Amino acid sequence: MLRTFLIATIALLCAACSSMEPWVKPYERDHLADPIMSFERNPVAGVYLAHVYGVREGSRGGQGGNGGGCGCN
Amino acid sequence: MAAAVVTKKRLLIVAALLASSAPLLFAAILPEERMDVLYHRYDGGGLTVDGPSVLVRKNIADKFSVSGNYYVDNVSSASIDVITQASPFADKRTEESLSLDYLFDRTMMTAGMIHSSESDYLSNTVHFDISQDFFGDLTTLSMGYTRGSDTIKSNSNAAFKETATHQEYRVSVSQIVTRNLIVNLSEEIISDEGFLANPYRSFRYVNGSSYSWQQEIFPQARTSYTTTLGAKYHLPDTRAALYGSYRYYNDGWDIKSNTLEVGYEHALPHGWIFDIHARYYKQNEANFYSDLFSNATEFKYMTRDKQLSAFHSMAAGVGITYELPFKNSLIEKSSINLYWDHLKFDYENYRNATIKGVAPGTEPLYSFDADVIRFFISVWY
Repeated sequence: MLRTFLIATIALLCAACSSMEPWVKPYERDHLADPIMSFERNPVAGVYLAHVYGVREGSRGGQGGNGGGCGCN
Repeated sequence: MAAAVVTKKRLLIVAALLASSAPLLFAAILPEERMDVLYHRYDGGGLTVDGPSVLVRKNIADKFSVSGNYYVDNVSSASIDVITQASPFADKRTEESLSLDYLFDRTMMTAGMIHSSESDYLSNTVHFDISQDFFGDLTTLSMGYTRGSDTIKSNSNAAFKETATHQEYRVSVSQIVTRNLIVNLSEEIISDEGFLANPYRSFRYVNGSSYSWQQEIFPQARTSYTTTLGAKYHLPDTRAALYGSYRYYNDGWDIKSNTLEVGYEHALPHGWIFDIHARYYKQNEANFYSDLFSNATEFKYMTRDKQLSAFHSMAAGVGITYELPFKNSLIEKSSINLYWDHLKFDYENYRNATIKGVAPGTEPLYSFDADVIRFFISVWY
């Protein structure tokens, strides 16, 4: 699955690579550069909350935008 | 009773954090130099956990960035698992991590290590990540690998000692779609091998008109797949952002889950930022979970771990950030932050075994509420 995902991703990127011009110019990225547009504005707090959920749920992974404590039993 | 199932999950999360702390939009620059000092507290379901977390990052020669994190969990537990199977306990876990980023042209490479220890659980983790920008920095492709080795002991049995290893492969693509919208797609594969159970946890089985307890039995391996799609949108005419994400998870133990998160951040003049967010989560049970087995040898693998039961949870939270009106030659900016989240867990096939006087397996379903506080100060320099 990972291999398929990787190949598909890279293929898509490469296919578009040769002729693509950035459609959002650097001078148009003021909103994107705003700290509130960061997926994780406060990393240490985000990790903590992700941990809170992670230790209580059967799922794991996909925590890039979250944050966590110990949650034993 | 310590966190046999806890530590490895946190280390995967920390590894992901340390590997992704560069601003998403500009992977080809080093992360910001900053220090965060956090106090965290979880209170719910008879469990209280609190402690500090300190994260410091320093850049060197515009090519390297070093970060370190020190984290403590002070645990005091009288949760339903503890009440029904053991005695209330207190424990402490400490975790230290270190990572190094190296920036070369538009490529960021990260390597790091994490060490975690508590009275009955030791863990050492290493992780490697690489991130590359494409198309005028509109697209960022990241890949990473984490490997952890754990030693599991038991405070009630000095002879008990087991090991487990964990590996994670991850890949993600972040894409700037418009001047106001960014999306992120990620896939993670995690595989575990070794002792994956909790040495203190038991399952219950029918014994006459009552029930008895016996040590849980887990498979020796597990592989999981997690796909996450997230997006963040900056409102055109005001300094505010909407964000959301969807996560689909499945694993070899037949657990499937769906997670939906939404939130809104709004910045006001004079350095204030308000955040409101909500989360919904639902999973089914593992194929060797049961609240009450018919006998002690019904299946090869058996658990009553409520983390592996069918349940759903809701959470809602608010946060406030205030950027302090203070800077000098050493401090670029600083902020004080407070977040509060309220969680509610409703179990669908995990019953409250503390209720007596009813037939086994007919106790009311268990549920609990919890509050999570995060208070922290951040300094950029």
